[in-house]
Amino acid sequence: MVSTGKSIAPSFSFLKQLEDKSGQPVSRCYQCKKCTGGCPMSFAMDFNPNQVVRLVQLGQQERLLKSRTIWVCACCKTCADRCPNGIDISAVNDALKDMAAEQNVALGDTMVPAFHESFLASIQRHGRIYEAGMLLGFKLKTKAYTQDMGLGIEFVKKGKLKFLPEKISQVKEIKQIFEKAKAKEGSR
Amino acid sequence: MKYTYYPGCSLHSTAEEYNASSKQVLEKLGIQLEELKDWNCCGATSAHSTSDYLAHALPLRNLVLAEKQDNDVLVPCAACYNLLKTAEHHMRCGGEGSEELNLDMQEIMGAQYQGNIAVRHVVDVFAQEEISAKIAGLLAKPLAGLKVVPYYGCLLTRPAKVVSFEDNAEQPQTLDRLLGVLGAENIRWSHKTECCGGSFSISQPDLVLTLTKKLVDAAQYAGADAIVTACPLCQANLDTRQHEAGGGPGTKVPVFYITELIGLAIGAGRSGDWLKKHLIDPVPLLRSLNLLAAS
Ligand code: SF4
Ligand code: SF4
Repeated sequence: MVSTGKSIAPSFSFLKQLEDKSGQPVSRCYQCKKCTGGCPMSFAMDFNPNQVVRLVQLGQQERLLKSRTIWVCACCKTCADRCPNGIDISAVNDALKDMAAEQNVALGDTMVPAFHESFLASIQRHGRIYEAGMLLGFKLKTKAYTQDMGLGIEFVKKGKLKFLPEKISQVKEIKQIFEKAKAKEGSR
Repeated sequence: MKYTYYPGCSLHSTAEEYNASSKQVLEKLGIQLEELKDWNCCGATSAHSTSDYLAHALPLRNLVLAEKQDNDVLVPCAACYNLLKTAEHHMRCGGEGSEELNLDMQEIMGAQYQGNIAVRHVVDVFAQEEISAKIAGLLAKPLAGLKVVPYYGCLLTRPAKVVSFEDNAEQPQTLDRLLGVLGAENIRWSHKTECCGGSFSISQPDLVLTLTKKLVDAAQYAGADAIVTACPLCQANLDTRQHEAGGGPGTKVPVFYITELIGLAIGAGRSGDWLKKHLIDPVPLLRSLNLLAAS
């Protein structure tokens, strides 16, 4: 993390809000950095896991919502199982991702959110993942057409990609679940 | 012994060999399966990255359906297992919003989750003394000389309190013990529970490339000729990202599903059909050790 040299005024309201939303006792962190030591993704992060926690404590909302870290956290839960204070940083990151999407900030990564969107769209439509359709949706969103072309061809040769979706009979139940999820988000 | 079988989406597409080998091995072990009727996708990483509600509700629909079929749910996919287990835990422990969620299920499906059935992973079942003994009794072709590292990854072990069936989730042993039963050479290594990048295989292939390289290097450094896993994400990442077509370095360490190794050892099912699905062909290694079933 680059120091700006400027002093920052901590905001406790953001800390409170994030603790409520994520269910994580962020205030307890004493910066032992055990989380960062075991984090497989720290090499690709702009803020290390311990820094995420510190920035939450200091109310640095904007820096967090625009960070790449929250998107490249693999949710591997290594930090959660090792933190002496029982803090699950992936849950903190999930809450931050949710806020970033809600507040329409410039996202610190575009590929991961595009993937999640295509993935969920596939579930909503069929009740199951239809890989070929999901991949097409992802490519259209990200324009990364050539990425993994060779691999796609191998998969087709091996019969690992199906060309027809499997659809469950009660897709309407899945649609209702999605509607409820949306309503819950609106009411927060 | 009878279970309700939840394959999940991967086992119906990219991980078909895991589906086939699981079913054929379980059948040979005398474990009856009935597929969960009208199962839906568990939501995977995308659901819980996006919405707490979806992360619990999508797996919960499957649990409500499973209760109608009366038996515990058996899951080979580590990711599905993790999500279904997490939903089960959420409901049983009365997590935030769980009562409301159950009422929503009543409204949507006309039934609630009662907590009468449990979610089990196949490795947990294979590791039971009774089943391990059965595997040992059926051993037709012990995997002598096969040097293999057991790779557990994240989803079978973490969060330990919710999903793990190990005594110590940081030092898991169930796959190690199974390899011992199969007569394989179980190699100790440093990366048993490290992450492979999971669901980033499509959205962030470069990150997965970095992680899989570390894993394959560690396996080779330890002296292994193969890796064994119980997760379709781990298998896919390791199998595709060391292959040139996946942008990998071209190393050729085969990555097996545990059910494939059990199947080879006890002579269950049609192993040739599973093995030909791999990008890194495991046949040369198996042939060099004389471990292929004569067919
Ligand atoms: S392991 Fe826990 S206490 Fe230690 S720095 Fe990380 S979040 Fe803070
Ligand atoms: S859950 Fe995220 S932050 Fe925690 S160790 Fe894994 S990748 Fe790092």
